[in-house]
Amino acid sequence: MSEIDENHLHADPGIEANHPHHGLAVAVGGPGESPLQRERATTIFQKGAPGRRAFVCPELDVPLPQDHEALLPARLRRAEPARLPEVSEPEIVRHYVGISKRNFDLDSGFYPLGSCTMKHNPRLHERVAALPGHARLHPLQDGERAQGALELMWNLQEALGEVSGLPHVSLQPSAGSHGELAGVLLTRAYHEDRGETRHKVLTPDTAHGTNPATVTMAGFQVVKVATNDDGGIDVEDLRAKADEDVACLMLTNPNTLGVFDRNIAEIAEIVHGVGATLYYDGANLNAVMGISRPGDMGFDIVHFNLHKSFTQPHGGGGPGSGPIAVSDRVAPYLPVPVVRRDGDGTFALDHERPKSIGRLRGFHGNYGCFVRAYAYICSLGADGLKDASEVAVLNANYLLARLKRKGIAEQLPLAYGELCMHEFVLSGGPMKRQLKIKTLDLAKRLLDFGFHPPTVYFPLLVDEALMVEPTETETRETLDAFADAIAAILAEAGRDPQIALDAPYTTPVRRLDEVAAAKAPVISQALD
Amino acid sequence: MLAEIGVASVEEIFERQIPQAVRLGRELDLPQGRTEQEVFSHLSELAARNVSAEQELSFLGAGMYDHYVPALVDMLMERSEFLTPYTPYQPEISQGGLQVMFEYQTAICELTGLPVSNASVYEGPSAAAAAAYMAKLHNGRRRIVISAGLHPHTAGTLRTLAHGYEMEVVEVPLRDGVTDLEAWSAAIGDDTSAALFAQPNFYGAVEDAAALSAAAKATAGDAVVIAQADPIALGVLATPGECGVDVCVGEGQPLGNRLDFGGPSFGFFAAREQYLRRMPGRIAGETVDVDGRRGFVLTLQTREQHIRREKATSNICTAQALNALAGVVYLSWLGRRGLVELGDLLLARTHYAREALSAIEGVEPLHAQPVVREFAVRVDGDLDAVRRRCIAAGVNPGVDARALSGREQDEGVLLVALTERRSRADIDRLADVLRAAVATERPGAPGGDGGSAEPQKAGVAYPMAGHR
Amino acid sequence: MAEASYPEDLLYHAEHDWARIDGDLATLGITWYAQDSLGEVVFFDLPAVGAAVKKDESYAEVESVKAVSDVIAPLSGEIVEVNETLTDAPQTINEDPYGAGWLVKVRLAEPSEREALMDASAYAATLGG
Repeated sequence: MSEIDENHLHADPGIEANHPHHGLAVAVGGPGESPLQRERATTIFQKGAPGRRAFVCPELDVPLPQDHEALLPARLRRAEPARLPEVSEPEIVRHYVGISKRNFDLDSGFYPLGSCTMKHNPRLHERVAALPGHARLHPLQDGERAQGALELMWNLQEALGEVSGLPHVSLQPSAGSHGELAGVLLTRAYHEDRGETRHKVLTPDTAHGTNPATVTMAGFQVVKVATNDDGGIDVEDLRAKADEDVACLMLTNPNTLGVFDRNIAEIAEIVHGVGATLYYDGANLNAVMGISRPGDMGFDIVHFNLHKSFTQPHGGGGPGSGPIAVSDRVAPYLPVPVVRRDGDGTFALDHERPKSIGRLRGFHGNYGCFVRAYAYICSLGADGLKDASEVAVLNANYLLARLKRKGIAEQLPLAYGELCMHEFVLSGGPMKRQLKIKTLDLAKRLLDFGFHPPTVYFPLLVDEALMVEPTETETRETLDAFADAIAAILAEAGRDPQIALDAPYTTPVRRLDEVAAAKAPVISQALD
Repeated sequence: MLAEIGVASVEEIFERQIPQAVRLGRELDLPQGRTEQEVFSHLSELAARNVSAEQELSFLGAGMYDHYVPALVDMLMERSEFLTPYTPYQPEISQGGLQVMFEYQTAICELTGLPVSNASVYEGPSAAAAAAYMAKLHNGRRRIVISAGLHPHTAGTLRTLAHGYEMEVVEVPLRDGVTDLEAWSAAIGDDTSAALFAQPNFYGAVEDAAALSAAAKATAGDAVVIAQADPIALGVLATPGECGVDVCVGEGQPLGNRLDFGGPSFGFFAAREQYLRRMPGRIAGETVDVDGRRGFVLTLQTREQHIRREKATSNICTAQALNALAGVVYLSWLGRRGLVELGDLLLARTHYAREALSAIEGVEPLHAQPVVREFAVRVDGDLDAVRRRCIAAGVNPGVDARALSGREQDEGVLLVALTERRSRADIDRLADVLRAAVATERPGAPGGDGGSAEPQKAGVAYPMAGHR
Repeated sequence: MAEASYPEDLLYHAEHDWARIDGDLATLGITWYAQDSLGEVVFFDLPAVGAAVKKDESYAEVESVKAVSDVIAPLSGEIVEVNETLTDAPQTINEDPYGAGWLVKVRLAEPSEREALMDASAYAATLGG
């Protein structure tokens, strides 16, 4: 069994010396948890005092009409002001800086969430996104006075087209699932335009949760396709289910098991053979940039998550951006507007697309995300993007190899295959049976070691799943430390499973009662 | 590392997993990577070719507004702890983000006067579409009635998505600048799933929300009444909650978020208690931990896509967490009084501006309804030419309504928007510049182009919205 | 309820629902297996008295922290009573799925439909795999 690196274990000052777990745990994000982090949570609404303020309103510099009702009749006016806090600027700063310290984040530590691609967010991007020419540009500014922005969007469209192998791009969708919805609506439009009404969309049983939800919202019915023993699509099951009532097959390759489906060419042939479209969920693009392209694999529609492979910061859940790239046959239906380049080299927002499905949101999309993604693509370039994928895949395979060592592999075997792409899925089933701790408990104990846990209980196909994606950002030392921590936790559970069952100990709060939160939800602060 | 894995090269890892036939086999056709300094230069050069609100006196609005964003918002949004984490799936180490969501939800409930709110959705128009989908799941009906006062992007988004929801969209016209109440009542029946209007509407007018809600409920009982509201205006307007509205959505950009050429921002979504378990998006809830400490978790996750899968009430798995943080910080910064003072200031200045522009020969108000921070005037003459003259004088007078709505009757209609950054002196300057431009461009005016406009180059005025 | 149990006096539907028949009335609920898979029930939306239920179709939903599940009607009929106590104590469905955790009572439309249901041992056998 690997040696545990003692440097990763510190005594936690918040746990008394005679506590059974003293000396074991590591505080989140730093050398020790401060009293600040453990203080009782109070919201901004519980702070301040009447009369305090931060904002100073500009002076009224226009005459008021004699009759104030001329401005707004009393019956259209609000009876009582909104009960917002009354706080000074220093109070606001102290409050939010204080609660920020109760958050783990990517800048502070390893974050191996599968399919989330938690890679470093370069700070240059914040600097360029804040330039007033980008940040204070109104979306309805005339095109000729927004040429910098339109050119940036055009360049991004071109780059995404090249990376995907599909030339027609819309930057409009706001997130991955929004891009997915766009893809299914495009498929619907494609079939309707050919006079056909199809009802079914096929998804593998390993699909991310948004796929079935999206399908229903677009008016189709989900039909599941089985996974074979190698973790790819069961081609015979696909052949049986692919008929002319199928509009689309939605896949990701590599899939959520981290497996590249070797049968992709045959799959594409079957799907196209019945006239259906093939949709690529780009959540796992980080494995194949510059190495393999969805367009070349036969996909018709690809969506990208700029907040995954292209470093748009996750922001605690958003914003994101989910552009799509499509093949020639689906291009006429792209949402409007699309950026167009004219003969004289100028750029414009093109709304004249008669077969378009229409728009999916206001304005043109999350431009702030485009700026960051574009800066990333410029920084890395052709060679750098390929490098990123190569190192992402190398890191995942290395970490997998470390976790295959004795002392870990018996409890957390790899669910499918031998090698992996940029992520892999382990099963905690043996660990649960032998050590009596579940994947959930392992995850909670990892918090004490200063790591964000991998994704848990997804994909649903794998018992007690643990989905791990290190990304190219991480150093070998970090990967080793993580593997050591897993080994340490398993060894500890072998001696005393209760430690993991009651973990975490050193985080700002410990395990929370999610049942109570769902039964009698309290979703806002009670006010005076 | 390769030794640990048991391969000879990184290439071998790919070779063993990806068939040769789908390997790219060449370099990506993109420029080579550049240094940080070079990338900064390039992005700066692109920025320099955009005319932002920093470089002209701008009265552009129609959904996004150039409010002053205080420095502390920028500072907090850039903090690692808020900028870089993922969705809070491990609540023990995500209390910061979850508490922000909880506070944001509280603020939105206060603003809208409705008891439940989610942690935000993408932006305004798609929030309205999500509300319509929720209505369909609630009552199973297929018809959506919308006011012609909805923002064209909201109507457009709704129509696109309604096609997928298999719902029909029917529009009710305006009368005297606000939704025609009779036509609204007539259009709503037992087959109506949802009825939507904007507050204030696209032409800046304050709608009689209470009357619209009452009329909708009277005729169709279970129809869901949805208002899309300007959050700043909610500081002074009767709340959707007070007016009998079921769901209030809106574009959150004016609350502490930058223009950013249209995004990212956030959409807010608040509703009556009965819709709590059907609301799309993330929701943060309060609870306690094993030691009795107060804490927050993502709750009611079964409504979300990842558990309910095809039965989900939406496929939204993002909250615009960072933008919502900006929103709640901004609202805290404005504070209880500040939001009202801001609203009153805007009411006064907008009224002043409308009077000033209406006094110009060739310019008249589109309607006489109360307005809060934006109003519409009709300009006699070629509006495109008028705008260009104003812009040449350093003032962007506002949005060409027809370019957004595509409606013939909006020919010559200009939407003028104010924020607290536009002072009286700015408004006076707008009036002067507009007066001069209109005088030159009016049909038959000496020295002007008269009615013969230069051929419109697509992309000069911003492009036509089309009818979707 | 900690231990799996499938009372002999009930009839079972493959979608993990049970029926207790008494003349032309039947009490319906979900089985031990169903409540165990769901985890602690946090919410049960009571259907309306007077509503029709149709055999093999969903008539309500049961919600736990981790999943929402359709409740399938094993028999057709009209709902004559709903278990109001579940509004405040939905976890009763877990604690006593065959007793206090009953969901609805229906007046049967087609009593012969009971022929299609399984007895306790046949149902338990379907769970074996």
